Amino acid sequence: MASLRRVLADLKVFVRGYTRSKIGLFFSLVFPIILILLFGAIFSGGNGGPIKVYVQNQDGGTASIQFVKLLNNNSTTTVTLVDKAQDLSQYLLAHSADQGVLIPQNFTQDFRNGQLVNVTVFSNPADTSSPIVFETVSAVVSQMNLQGATVLYHAGVLEQNIKSQSYKYIDFLIPGLIGFSVLTSPMFSLVNISSEYKKTKLFKQLSLTPLTKTEWLTSKIIWYVVLGIISFFLMTQIGVALFGAHLDYAFMIIPFLVIGPLFFVSLGMLVGMVSKSVESAAVVGNLITFPMMFLSGTFFPVTQMPMYLQNVAHVLPLFYLIDGLNQVMIFSNLGQALFDLELMIVLSAIAFVFAVALFKWRED
Amino acid sequence: MSAIEVSTLEKSYGQLKAVDGISFSVLKGEVFSLLGPNGAGKTTTIEILEGLRQRDGGQISVLGADPWKKGYQLHRKLGIIPQGFTFFPKATPREAVTYYSTLFGVKNDPDAILRKVILDDASSIYFENLSGGQKQKLGLALALVNNPELLFLDEPTTGLDPQARRNMWDVIRGLEKEGHTIMLTTHYLEEAEVLSDRVAIMNHGRIITDGTPAEIIEKHGSGERLEVRGDEKLADYVREKTGFDVTYHNGFVSVRLRDKRDAVIALSSIDQSGLPWKDLKTRHDSLEDIFVKLVGGSIEEGGTIKKPSDKSEPIARANN
Ligand SMILES: Nc1ncnc2c1ncn2[C@@H]1O[C@H](COP(=O)(O)OP(=O)(O)OP(=O)(O)O)[C@@H](O)[C@H]1O
Ligand SMILES: [Mg+2]
Repeated sequence: MASLRRVLADLKVFVRGYTRSKIGLFFSLVFPIILILLFGAIFSGGNGGPIKVYVQNQDGGTASIQFVKLLNNNSTTTVTLVDKAQDLSQYLLAHSADQGVLIPQNFTQDFRNGQLVNVTVFSNPADTSSPIVFETVSAVVSQMNLQGATVLYHAGVLEQNIKSQSYKYIDFLIPGLIGFSVLTSPMFSLVNISSEYKKTKLFKQLSLTPLTKTEWLTSKIIWYVVLGIISFFLMTQIGVALFGAHLDYAFMIIPFLVIGPLFFVSLGMLVGMVSKSVESAAVVGNLITFPMMFLSGTFFPVTQMPMYLQNVAHVLPLFYLIDGLNQVMIFSNLGQALFDLELMIVLSAIAFVFAVALFKWRED
Repeated sequence: MSAIEVSTLEKSYGQLKAVDGISFSVLKGEVFSLLGPNGAGKTTTIEILEGLRQRDGGQISVLGADPWKKGYQLHRKLGIIPQGFTFFPKATPREAVTYYSTLFGVKNDPDAILRKVILDDASSIYFENLSGGQKQKLGLALALVNNPELLFLDEPTTGLDPQARRNMWDVIRGLEKEGHTIMLTTHYLEEAEVLSDRVAIMNHGRIITDGTPAEIIEKHGSGERLEVRGDEKLADYVREKTGFDVTYHNGFVSVRLRDKRDAVIALSSIDQSGLPWKDLKTRHDSLEDIFVKLVGGSIEEGGTIKKPSDKSEPIARANN
């Protein structure tokens, strides 16, 4: 029988050690904030009102004019029209511009007939404005689709029910870095602790007390949930106060902040348990952590990445956590968030069961 | 009543027979030492008894239970210091004792327990900053939290300086007086001799002999000896004249005495030889002499065996 008294006693000792050693606190609370300040500053460096988008309208029909209007009439982007005779990509290069949209010839006709028609978005992957333009175009597309016809544009932005308002880079950065923090603090810590305790025989010693493996693991999960929530508040406050991030808060955020640490504590534990030494555990841990750290939508939206990397992202568990947070905090799309959450719950249950099963106090 | 019963216990790691069919028992209220060099199989044995390792063969009973199957329940009645005890680096001894008390669900005054192991002066220092002796004492304090019937101490004083070691011995003696049953392992002969009611000498996974130190000396010792400094010719002369068991080793002539009169005869024969001699003394075999005889070498500070062929200094001398 699990005992709350023992879980809390273990939690107390663990949290004391955690806060006394400072390094863990730095990486879980301070470091993500430094990242927000850094990336937020880089982004707002080019800040000067709405982003300029060069639009070449090869169609000229009513639907295309409506499209341009929508793209112009929001606080995120302003449209500069480019003459039909120009080659748009050449034009962009010549004007050192990064953001361009091409509306093809039969746009209005195909749109009215309900046929697929592509709007091409030109962008520079190195430019922090690009994902915002992507998301805005995508929002405009959705808005028009709601009127009945199908429009697609060349890049694989997820089809979603986007609110027609402006999104800023910081809006994506905050949930992304919350995901970053929920990933890194338990992973790095648990991989290290579990392999280290195995080596120094601390697990063996604990096995001589009434503390059980599940109780031990539970106290770690509780702490990383608490840490995740603290980190959530710090980051959203700073994002809103310093960079004017536009975020929605809904009850649905909470299950993500609980399930995330649960999953990564279990995963870290698993890595530490299957590794022979502290060093090999660190290597395996990094191999798992680093791709997730960069490819799951932490620093920029996944939709901005090339298709093959987007495919990679879709097998990374952190993607679903960050996507879920994005859906709740940016798009208010609770339906999609629920899907992400269910997936995370299944993954976490599997990871937790395996972690407990492979977690050995003693050797045979 | 015995607290521990072990019969033909076996444990192998691959080809290596770490514990090779040993049998012994530990009585309630006694201090029992497993004495042996590095790799003898002491930790393997004691951890099997603690329920931390599974045996390959043989029967064991610890406080009437099989520790592998009933470990979780049994641990509430045991106090254990594992070899190389460690704790969370940033926890203090007082916090550690409080933590263990809560885990065991017992009410304790942490300071009283720390006082008992003479660690009250370091109760608020982080574990990582404690001295080796203080760390071991914390191990002992934690082992005492649940007021255990039976204590397992795996090399409680290894690596400590002589002062800290003696200090630890005092603490262990105090625990024995309180009626705890204690099983400890050591490679310090003096520790086994000073602390234990009974000793088992272990080497290569086997128990070579066991009993009280006096019994072991009685069984394997060669009684009283008379020794003088002299050369090999003197040894030959005395052997020839008296017919006694006379040995020569590294500048010492040693005569085995069957009774007191042998001493007079041996001494007069030494005198008659006209050969130079000095430093007369008599002595009994110590546990160390027996150990050297049975294991084939003396034991070094770190726990390794030093063979006589490793030369220097006469063996079988030391503590008189
Ligand atoms: N888990 C293990 N796997 C493989 N071999 C082991 C294992 N544990 C111990 N051994 C081997 O078994 C033998 C006995 O080891 P054990 O630790 O029981 O000796 P010991 O008497 O406690 O020695 P020491 O005084 O050095 O602590 C050694 O040769 C050791 O290398
Ligand atoms: Mg040992």
